[in-house]
Amino acid sequence: MTDFAAHECENGHLTYPAHTRCPACGRPQTGRIDLSDRQAEVVTWTTVMASPTGVREPNTVVIVEFTVDDRTVRAIGSTTAGVSIGDTVRPVHVEQLRDPSAAIRVADRQSWSGYRFEPVD
Amino acid sequence: MDVAVIGAAMTPFGERAAWLDELLSTAALDCLADAGASTGAVDHLYVSNMASGEFEGTTGVMNALAADIGVTPAYTQRVGQTSASGGAGLYAAWQSIASGASELTLLVGGEKMTHRTTGEASDIIASLTHPVEYSHGVTLPSFAGLVARRYMDRFDVPRESLAEVAVKNHANATANPDAQFRKAIDTDDVLSSPVVADPLRLYDYCPVTDGAGALLFCPAAVAEQYTDRYVRLSGVAGGTDTHVVHERAEPTWMGAVAESGRQAFEMAGCEPSDIDVAELHDMVTLLEPLQLEALGFADRGTGWQWAPEGRTTRDGSLPVNTSGGLKARGHPLGATGIAQAVEIYRQLLGEAGGRQVTARRGLTCNVGGFGNCVTTAVLEVDG
Repeated sequence: MTDFAAHECENGHLTYPAHTRCPACGRPQTGRIDLSDRQAEVVTWTTVMASPTGVREPNTVVIVEFTVDDRTVRAIGSTTAGVSIGDTVRPVHVEQLRDPSAAIRVADRQSWSGYRFEPVD
Repeated sequence: MDVAVIGAAMTPFGERAAWLDELLSTAALDCLADAGASTGAVDHLYVSNMASGEFEGTTGVMNALAADIGVTPAYTQRVGQTSASGGAGLYAAWQSIASGASELTLLVGGEKMTHRTTGEASDIIASLTHPVEYSHGVTLPSFAGLVARRYMDRFDVPRESLAEVAVKNHANATANPDAQFRKAIDTDDVLSSPVVADPLRLYDYCPVTDGAGALLFCPAAVAEQYTDRYVRLSGVAGGTDTHVVHERAEPTWMGAVAESGRQAFEMAGCEPSDIDVAELHDMVTLLEPLQLEALGFADRGTGWQWAPEGRTTRDGSLPVNTSGGLKARGHPLGATGIAQAVEIYRQLLGEAGGRQVTARRGLTCNVGGFGNCVTTAVLEVDG
């Protein structure tokens, strides 16, 4: 199953996705905090009605914010249903997010599975 | 060393039968003719282009152009910085002259896109995104929808105010014979057009476009050997923001625009209030107010007020996108930053025809990705 984690440097800065060096301080990222079992808040959303080849249409996409201790880290992803700003969502694993055979990007270049966000009642 | 722009040209933008090589050579030769310069005098040739390999299956476009128009053995280089390739070309051309490496530099930029479907073109452009964005099908229009909703929510922005940007830029394009869309529209047209990325609609976005533009540079000290019609490139600078858009502390703030603008103003020795006319990167209506804010023309959260208040029309306090902008002039990726400077060149020299404004100093802001990499330039005439 695809990894969904925030990455932590020696100084405690969090990022998603991982970076070779921490964008905030330049130190290596050595820690990993699993986000797949946490809830997040919707920062903003859009529903895209003109998707590229191999992508579902309509495609609702969100930026969400996780709180980890006293820190926050954001992520982007598609959703399983409609959402509003401020809604609480949780990650749900999806085996194939888009059709790699229809994408310009080489299929072996990246993962095509990942997590969509599902509203929490 | 002060750098002058002594020639400018662009092909008509829109759906063109010509492929990229012909578009580039047409703009290049028209530009040299505009300055009265010969191909044999060119020391450096830069070609701004985002994705000829992906769009056409053609690479090495700088060498092909050099050989086609007869500027060999001049040094040639392709400049690729996604949709900011044209602006990055301005920077490269300035560096070549200011360093003393070249006495005459030709910058040509272009893209051939319309033979692809909108979905294919969108995917080619979206290939600049990070894998965690690309896997979800996130495109550049998607970012615009996400940030527009955030901007409207955070600053209580009426949806109609963004439509006013499209209306104004279409009106400007009716006076630009090179524009892709020379058709006036109203806010109802924008707000009733199909949704692309909610809350934004088709008429909020620029079209897919073919076209090319060119500029010719030399040391300002020798500009009058070629022509008495020239402008000075008094400031040019670039900046970079995060690759992953959601990592920005506040997605409605265009940090690379702010940084490139700050440096360009400093280099030119002027302030936002000294700018008489501007060409901003309105890939989508939202980006015009966001650039007004990041460049320091408007206070944070108020850029949206400028189009409805008429401050950015041709008779406003700061005319913006007199060419029609990306929205209506069109957006052939690698050509756009150059076409912006072509418009400012013509405005400063009084050669903008029916869209002429009074100006002695102008600004261009060319944005790559969704604010990922940016070049801002200040051009001016003496007197």
